[in-house]
Amino acid sequence: MKKVFLPMLAMLAFSCSQPTTNTETEAVAEAPGAGQSAVKDDVSQQDVVRIAVNSPDHTTLVTALKTAEYVDVLSNAGPFTVFAPTNAAFEKLPAGTVEGLLKPESRDALRNILEYHVYVGVVTEGMMQDGMTLNQVNLDNVKIGKKDGKLTVNGANVLGSARGSNGIVYIIDAVLLPPEKK
Amino acid sequence: MKTYTIHRVLSVLVVLATIVLWQGCKPKAPGSIINGDAASQAYVAPGKYDEFYNVVSGGFNGQMSIYGLPSGRLFRIIPVFSQFPENGWGYSEETKPMLNTSHGFVPWDDLHHISLSLTKGEHDGRWAFGNANNTPRVARVDMKTFKTVEILELPNSGGNHSSPFITENSEYIVAGTRFSVPVGDNTDVPISSFKENFKGYISFISVDPTDGEMKIAFQLKTPGVSFDLARAGKGPSHGWFFFSTYNTEQAYTLLEVNASQKDKDFIMAVNWKKAEEYIKAGKGTTAKAKYAHNVWDESTHTGVSTIMDEVLQLDPAELKDIIYFIPCPKSPHGCDTDPTGEYIVGSGKLAALIPVFSFAKIQAAIANKEFEGEFAGIPVIKYEAALHGEVKKPGLGPLHTEFDNNGNAYTSFFVSSEIVKWNVKTLEILDRVPTYYSIGHLSVPGGPTTKPHGKYVVAYNKITKDRYLPTGPELTQSAQLYDISGDKMKLILDFPTTGEPHYAESIPASLVMPNSTKIYKIEDNKHPYASLGEGMTKVERKGKEVHVYMTAIRSHLTPDNIEGVKLGDEVFFHVTNLEQDWDVPHGFAVKGANNAEILVMPGETQTLKWKPLSTGIFPFYCTDFCSALHQEMQGYIRVSPAGSKVPLKFSTGKIEDQASGAGQ
Repeated sequence: MKKVFLPMLAMLAFSCSQPTTNTETEAVAEAPGAGQSAVKDDVSQQDVVRIAVNSPDHTTLVTALKTAEYVDVLSNAGPFTVFAPTNAAFEKLPAGTVEGLLKPESRDALRNILEYHVYVGVVTEGMMQDGMTLNQVNLDNVKIGKKDGKLTVNGANVLGSARGSNGIVYIIDAVLLPPEKK
Repeated sequence: MKTYTIHRVLSVLVVLATIVLWQGCKPKAPGSIINGDAASQAYVAPGKYDEFYNVVSGGFNGQMSIYGLPSGRLFRIIPVFSQFPENGWGYSEETKPMLNTSHGFVPWDDLHHISLSLTKGEHDGRWAFGNANNTPRVARVDMKTFKTVEILELPNSGGNHSSPFITENSEYIVAGTRFSVPVGDNTDVPISSFKENFKGYISFISVDPTDGEMKIAFQLKTPGVSFDLARAGKGPSHGWFFFSTYNTEQAYTLLEVNASQKDKDFIMAVNWKKAEEYIKAGKGTTAKAKYAHNVWDESTHTGVSTIMDEVLQLDPAELKDIIYFIPCPKSPHGCDTDPTGEYIVGSGKLAALIPVFSFAKIQAAIANKEFEGEFAGIPVIKYEAALHGEVKKPGLGPLHTEFDNNGNAYTSFFVSSEIVKWNVKTLEILDRVPTYYSIGHLSVPGGPTTKPHGKYVVAYNKITKDRYLPTGPELTQSAQLYDISGDKMKLILDFPTTGEPHYAESIPASLVMPNSTKIYKIEDNKHPYASLGEGMTKVERKGKEVHVYMTAIRSHLTPDNIEGVKLGDEVFFHVTNLEQDWDVPHGFAVKGANNAEILVMPGETQTLKWKPLSTGIFPFYCTDFCSALHQEMQGYIRVSPAGSKVPLKFSTGKIEDQASGAGQ
């Protein structure tokens, strides 16, 4: 099944990503390009988005990034530190939360939450200190905990990390919710 | 902690394919469509002129380059801070002094920003200024000759990034240091003593209204932070200057993390008219400082370097009312004043909003002492008291803002790789377009002036990846031209650029083109080694120096036979181009030269120094294709052993070997 499925997908992808040129008419409407996530490059190290995309445990996060149109952003030069909640982390949210956030009218709220998971700058584990705060893209702070070799962010456990070409991804077991605005 | 490894080949493949599929089939938003007429908008027919000169910084090539808009055609690279073997800049004896500094000869720099000279807030087409980011300097390029005519070094600066921004009548250009450093007699201090010993200095450089000559009028001693960019006030805010700062944390290591600790850094507002008052009142102090001031003399076609030894300084912590800080989120990069001079746009490069400050409110806040405290003895105005408003959720990573003539602003966003158009007064977002990819600076013709010319915005992108045919690991830098004449921005052209452009300005061709120099008048040539006619050519020995007074005219060099040079001699070829015809430079190169060629403009004299390392016959020739007999424009120089008795002689067209008839 999969053997058949893969080449089909690849063919579809190929046909869609070709620019639609038409030599017969002059007034051709053409997209000037997709974002950086569409750059064909299987040689370079994966960026932080591809790391998430390639993880079966982060499909909800990837869906959220796509809905918020943040896939290209996180494919750009960065540098980023991304806290990536697992699917299980999203499932811990009250029922209906994720579905609500994915609705078009919730886009600002979704973006705010996603921005709260991203710091501009690469903070490796070695640089992190207990009690350190990071001012995230949405301008709210997260607090790092580091005790007995265990790393947390706002109390969520860091389960692992992966280094990408444009940043570092920390896999966490809870979704970080920005503080309520006063 | 165990490192997560996420490598499942199948899922990777499926997901990668899905991503490509998803991107490729993404619905095309109206703003991201290229229309068929885009090419015609950027098309300048053969033989037609572009509407604008686009003066572009070269970044790490240390040069400026001149493009045409809207075509994107490259006309010229002007060597400024970097040696340029193509024309001998920094290699010829005349140009070497231009690259002299207090550190000796510095053959390279990193030119980031352009400022075009202004009169009453508008482009006057006289000079283009550029900054050297590494060994702190500013340069002035004459827009008549497109030549670097002055370079001024900046003492007490660690890296001249916040420069060379200009006031509305070109009274001053500024130079703010990106690196605070210890200054004075004892600079051998621990790096960890940053807070105690490191200072930032801002230089105000006066520009002579007649000839453009620069002079450090005064320096402001400021707290040890990093100055990033700046803009002068204009109209009501003329007399003030605004600088963005970062690293107000005063970190000295791993700034990636440590300079981003505070929610807000500062915009620094400088009342330079007040500084002038203090100077008039004798409040300035003279400090010892060693720096080079290099000026090109157009009559001798030679640069002269003078080492200066003191500079006038003011201490705003003691002399109140010169400097105020305004909090600005987070690590502000761009700090741009709108054409009315009322609004100052801070772009926190790590922020997801754009604060816009009001000059009137800043003045009111100062009058009412609405301060939240002090930073290093300087009052900090309350954020809300200075704020006109915030552009909410404009994009990620705002860097720079330019303006059109209709009250709109255009801000570049590095992280989200886009240009966002918004209204300065209402702060409403009007349009956004993606850039390909990771835009740095952007430029609207006349964008920083009181009367923007509008029409286009150019994006200067940092990443090109799949936009052009690949050329290995290093790719061309890319500019993108957008039409901004309508409500929606329209991408009409990609064009590759040389070096790594940062800021650029564009100026209507009509302000520059009529003044363009065609030739240097030979009768005005006061070069001490000029030959103002073939009859004045000669070869002179001065000890170990041999001076060749040479002329070049279509299609021979005079003299073209030289003998009597000995090993150990240094030969100076002083080549005068006798042509008085536009676009007929001659070049000169000699075999084995360890420097470069020289290009000599009509009426000009330039000198190539050559030290032969072996005996024999060495050919020399004209390198710039000048005529149908260019290939005949050549000669020989003979080098004999050190003790040789071969007499010094030189000639052109003299046939000595009558017996064989050679040459007849």
